[in-house]
Amino acid sequence: MRNLIISLCAVLFGLIGGAVLMAATGHDPLQGYKYLFEGGLKNSSRFGDTLATGTPLVFTGLSVAFAFRTGLFNIGAAGQMLFGGFCATVIGLNVDTARPLLLLMMIVAAMLGGAVWAFIPGLLKARFNVHEVVSTIMMNWIAYWTIYYAVPAYLKAESVETESRLLPDKATLKSAFLSDLFGGSYLNMGLYIAVIAVIVIAFIINKTTLGYELKAVGYNRHSAEYAGIRVNRSIITSMLISGALAGLGGLAQFAGNGANIQIGVLPTQGYDGIAVALLGANSPIGVLISALFFGLLYSGRGFMNAMTEIPPEIADSIIAIIIYFAATSVLMDRLITRIVSRRRASAKAGTGTGGPVSGKEKA
Amino acid sequence: MWTTIEQIFPYAIMFTIPLLITALGGLFSERSGVVNIGLEGLMVMGSFIGALTISKLQTAWPTHTVVAIWIGLLTALVAGVLFSLLHAFASVHLSANQVISGTAINMIAGAITVFLSRNITGSGNIRLTNGFQPFNVPWLSDIPIIGPLVFTKTYWTTWLILLVVLLSAFVLKKTPFGLRLRACGEYPQAAEAAGVNVRRMRYIGVMISGAFASLGGAILLVTIAGEFTGTVAGLGFLSLAALIFGQWRPLGILAATLFFGFASTFANVSQVIPALQHIPPVILQLFPYVVTLIALVIFSKSSQAPKAAGEVFDSGKR
Repeated sequence: MRNLIISLCAVLFGLIGGAVLMAATGHDPLQGYKYLFEGGLKNSSRFGDTLATGTPLVFTGLSVAFAFRTGLFNIGAAGQMLFGGFCATVIGLNVDTARPLLLLMMIVAAMLGGAVWAFIPGLLKARFNVHEVVSTIMMNWIAYWTIYYAVPAYLKAESVETESRLLPDKATLKSAFLSDLFGGSYLNMGLYIAVIAVIVIAFIINKTTLGYELKAVGYNRHSAEYAGIRVNRSIITSMLISGALAGLGGLAQFAGNGANIQIGVLPTQGYDGIAVALLGANSPIGVLISALFFGLLYSGRGFMNAMTEIPPEIADSIIAIIIYFAATSVLMDRLITRIVSRRRASAKAGTGTGGPVSGKEKA
Repeated sequence: MWTTIEQIFPYAIMFTIPLLITALGGLFSERSGVVNIGLEGLMVMGSFIGALTISKLQTAWPTHTVVAIWIGLLTALVAGVLFSLLHAFASVHLSANQVISGTAINMIAGAITVFLSRNITGSGNIRLTNGFQPFNVPWLSDIPIIGPLVFTKTYWTTWLILLVVLLSAFVLKKTPFGLRLRACGEYPQAAEAAGVNVRRMRYIGVMISGAFASLGGAILLVTIAGEFTGTVAGLGFLSLAALIFGQWRPLGILAATLFFGFASTFANVSQVIPALQHIPPVILQLFPYVVTLIALVIFSKSSQAPKAAGEVFDSGKR
């Protein structure tokens, strides 16, 4: 409950911050928001695009959230996503077989690629106690430069130097059914995989021994070790799953929403995944909702930009402000605590009876 | 071969300087106990404010382009201090997770600067008509060997930053301020017991990192990039790698950034230089990040990292 209030407050502050930015640069915030939300929701095609834009964010958000539960800060989702997407693209461009088998191979390749990229930081953390924040940042840039040279060398498009060849339609997650259902949107089967991933991860976290062990390591590494949980193995397992999720995000982005992989950019979805996880309070359902909300902001901004003079980066700015307020949630936590205790105090003064002393009241 | 080296050297040094000053900023922050992965965002902010100020001033006073650049650097520095206060406030006063707060800094800078610059120029890029011009140091550039390598095609900012590095090394090692700052990053409870205001020291550390990283972004703009494009292409993270590879020491950072600067420069020019053509550029570009990972492993037992960096300061904890 408290998490929900904090997340909603962060969103509210983010939207207020965005409004201030729009007003400060001489635009009308109300009109801006009207077109921003219309752009993401106005008709079934735009709504489909919103879902599609949110899909990779579901994966990266789950990836960050899952590692968080084990007390690991995976800020390498961008690199894992890039490498997973690259592996899937390699399969998609070079293997010619029946579509279900091909897609299955691409899914496995994306998961493996992401998992390998996350395995290294996991191993370094478990074996040498190297902080995963630093090692995942390094892995991000290693992925960036590997792709930067590997794509032009092996997967180069005929005319454009900076991206790979287009994947054939059967090697993408495109679905005529979903596309028709949503009025020609680019919504694709990535959404199915995302929903399955949310359910599977929720199941792992809440219902399995593995999830219990990983959470125990996250709460207190030493007591988990004392309880007989193999901490090092848990760290590596958690990173592997986290990386596989981010790799699927790469598949959803480069072979679902798009049909090729570009060089010279670290996918923004990687860092946005941190915001998604934070806002979703690291719960799978929360991640799903906040990813779709960010998808709404990202998909609506084009329409807003077309209808008004407001630059599309307003969406990124709002998300950035949201993550800052989510990071400083202590402020709101204190505020809520103060309000609750004051209300209790006034209720007590009103009735004049006062319950038994629980020892929890603040002096 | 010799002419090649002569040509590359000034470029590598030019490339090193923004990394150096940014990593040095990170050093002050981490030594005071606050991890700052927002260096990238601070550089972007410096690059933006620098570009904005310089382009406005140069149109206003077309005859004083160099003065405009210096004012732009100074403005960027001040803006960096102010912007870093967001990170300081979150991590010192609100006990926020410093990594998340730093990530927020990166995202805010990347988004808001482009948002603002699009409002100003439409394309989102701010191009400078005049950057700093390199010069040869008189007399010194005539010294054989060293002259052509180190004293030709240099910038005033290079010498300024090298001076700042030496000064920082002295301040951190020898002055009461430096000792207190480092104490806050090693064992803040002990520092507080000794009468040091830990929170204030951490604010100062983060503010210095804001100033230096932002200056680094602005120097990148006026010497190399010549244009604000909304990104510094990961140089902030490369500086973070240099900070670690340099084991949190000013002179270590100097060596690490030179190392990375040369690696990146070689990678950028390797295709046009016959002697380097057989080294795939990918290896040179990956080099800084891979050696940092290796260094992390090698130094994992004897790391010089500030012990309390990244921890929330709780004065009641023992």
